[in-house]
Amino acid sequence: MATVDVVRSGSAGHTETDNYLTHSKGLLSWLLTLDHKRIGVMYLIATSAAFLLGGFFALMVRTELWTTGRTIMNHDTYNQMFTLHGAVMVFLFIIPGIPAALGNFILPIMLGAKDVAFPRLNLASFYLWMMGATFFLAALSFTGLDTGWTFYTPYSTTDFGTGKDNAIISAVMGVFILGFSSIFTGLNFLVTIHTMRPPGMTWFRMPLFLWAIYSTAIIQVLATPVLAITLLLLLVEKTLGFGIFDPQLGGDPVLFQHFFWFYSHPAVYIMILPAMGVISELIGVNCRRHIFGYRFIAYSSVAIALLGFLVWGHHMFTSGQSKLASVVFSAITFSVAIPSAIKIFNWLSTMYKGSITFNAPFLYALSFMFLFTIGGLTGLFLATLSVDVHLHDTYFVVAHFHYVMVGGALTSFLGGLFHWWPKISGKMYSETPARISALLVFLGFNLTFLPQFVMGTRGMPRRYYNYLPEFEPFHQWSTIGAYVLGAGALLAFATVIHSIFRGKPAPMNPWGGASLEWTCSSPPPHNNFDKAPSVEDCYDYDKLVWDEKTGGYLMRK
Amino acid sequence: MSEHAVADPHTGHDGHQGHNPFHAHHFDTPKQQFDAGKFGMWLFLVQEVLFFSGLFVFYAIVRVNHPEIFRWGHQALDPFYGFVNTIVLIFSSLTMAWAVRCAQKGQRTGLIVNLVITLVCAGVFLCVKYVEYSAKFEHGFLWAGRFNPHTEDHAGDHSATEGTTSHDSGHADASHAASAEGHGGHAHGPVGPPPKNAGVFFSIYFGMTGLHAIHVIAGIAAITWILVRSVRGDFGPDYFGPVDYVGLYWHLVDLVWIYLFPMLYLIE
Ligand SMILES: [Cu+2]
Repeated sequence: MATVDVVRSGSAGHTETDNYLTHSKGLLSWLLTLDHKRIGVMYLIATSAAFLLGGFFALMVRTELWTTGRTIMNHDTYNQMFTLHGAVMVFLFIIPGIPAALGNFILPIMLGAKDVAFPRLNLASFYLWMMGATFFLAALSFTGLDTGWTFYTPYSTTDFGTGKDNAIISAVMGVFILGFSSIFTGLNFLVTIHTMRPPGMTWFRMPLFLWAIYSTAIIQVLATPVLAITLLLLLVEKTLGFGIFDPQLGGDPVLFQHFFWFYSHPAVYIMILPAMGVISELIGVNCRRHIFGYRFIAYSSVAIALLGFLVWGHHMFTSGQSKLASVVFSAITFSVAIPSAIKIFNWLSTMYKGSITFNAPFLYALSFMFLFTIGGLTGLFLATLSVDVHLHDTYFVVAHFHYVMVGGALTSFLGGLFHWWPKISGKMYSETPARISALLVFLGFNLTFLPQFVMGTRGMPRRYYNYLPEFEPFHQWSTIGAYVLGAGALLAFATVIHSIFRGKPAPMNPWGGASLEWTCSSPPPHNNFDKAPSVEDCYDYDKLVWDEKTGGYLMRK
Repeated sequence: MSEHAVADPHTGHDGHQGHNPFHAHHFDTPKQQFDAGKFGMWLFLVQEVLFFSGLFVFYAIVRVNHPEIFRWGHQALDPFYGFVNTIVLIFSSLTMAWAVRCAQKGQRTGLIVNLVITLVCAGVFLCVKYVEYSAKFEHGFLWAGRFNPHTEDHAGDHSATEGTTSHDSGHADASHAASAEGHGGHAHGPVGPPPKNAGVFFSIYFGMTGLHAIHVIAGIAAITWILVRSVRGDFGPDYFGPVDYVGLYWHLVDLVWIYLFPMLYLIE
């Protein structure tokens, strides 16, 4: 049944073996593929495109804020720009970015499996993503989507009688569909990890990336349906007048906020947990030292996933919820800092006395640790009731969120992309531009968002089109930073794309990783493993030696 | 290293005895495939429960804060219809479970018969729901935005039509004393003027039963698919996973209704 293509020779010099890229040909063999690797690659392309689109909107926002008044667009367009920036980045890029793109590719290989448990469902998830994205693009063409990515009622349910209504309906439909894409991906991964681990791979012999994806999947399956029903209620409210969030009809608009954040707080862990999983792998491999505190890192992922369900009220301290509820939410929010800190300290301990390779993935991992720590610690300011009342809805919140999401999720996405790129493409990227991209992202990011902390504490409200002249220098620093950050991200993608055409063939194990994905060829064959691999300690790097001839690591004899 | 070499992934067909054609190549054994499918279905059901949860939470909030809305609104629902639908769904769960048993034992005819009965029950459920919905539309008992009750205006003619139908069937089924007694008083619609925001009750009613009905329709589609495959003879003792999974789904649909019935029809 396996149609092994006639081996083509000559093109890149490493076609002696059949791999998933050459396994079958033609556009349809990609569009209808059930191979998790190809689906992962399609996700990678799609989510990267979404990232570039969201990044474009971000630069538009930042450019407009260069001066106090109008710079390049009117206030209506500005409102749409920040809405689209947030919605595209959150729903189309960060949530699916690491799990659906990198996770899809790596997870079954790390498990020594041939595929995920439900390959058809996996492909269906991808097409649900495409459908959701299409609804978003439709919302773009209707013009006027300016609710912010949160779709707060009663604004979103107001009958405007313009194209804005259609734009909101279309975007909400889009998020609803994307939600199911996310649910099915999570479900697939949970089942795969539960039922398809190879003999010998007990729970505590799994790579930490899998623990992170597992915790993420729990949230995807448990939290996303609540968003789905909320958006469905929003839709029937807007189209039929169900009145569930409309006080005039006996509903409650704050209920929407409760429902929305019941999903969207856990959703920030959907965004950050896979990132932490990537970092655990990058730190271990590039320090050539057994990851420190394996069990603590594993448990802390699950702890973050579970605690994440109990803190949604910290988005609503000023919404009029009861004081008691606020105190409880505040206290639980503080407790999330514990598992997060456990991870940071364990990574630092892993680095201690390690022999560190400062390649691009590791530089991204370092950026992550630096930026995520700042993002996490400023979260404590916002969890403090009295402080939050002042910082609420200011640029401080914007900066905090971006330190976690961009400083955390984006840097680890790029780090993970570089780390696994030789495996995905079979090509080595060139190290120097990759390192420069890491540097640009790091510097540009800090230049963008550090001034926003300062502005926030001085009272600059978020989402404003006009601002007081005293904030102008901060905004200008921030805008310059955004362009540097954008240049860094573009350079990263350019480096990766360049390697497709000019990169050297990648060895099986270029970094000396000890988890299973480094034991199959680069790129992996259609079935991943010709023989079921034996499972050993995935953080024991001593068993590997550098081999000059292949330019990679080999098992010590 | 070579312990697992039994399953040779090269060929796609591995050397298992009694290999069935539905064994997907990425699973080592049919058992692993079955376990994966079953666990996946359970996770899907968990997801479904959370999907319904939003409406249940809204129900609880309104019920606690404004019990008068429920006290007035529920009188528009005829417990008799709700009761009939409850019996129909519970019975269909029985036939569905029986169908799974038949599939496991390789009894093709029994499987087909049970699936057909389950489908018929699902159809009956939707028909009853249709009758109920039409009555609500007729009387303007609609969700908050369209709530426009007009029972008081021409109480005579409307209660006559609705009253007779339910009375007849109610007495025919004498054993269900509780429902007959209940609906006798309620068939004429809510008593007294509607409280403020009474429409919220019907938002909840249409929201919950509507979402449930969508799940019934999805169930009909799934059972039809299973039925086609049963006629084709796909299932037997070696392979009955899909029947089992659809069965689980159908029981959840049933279970949700078992909560909805008392929560909407049987409150005082
Ligand atoms: Cu939060």
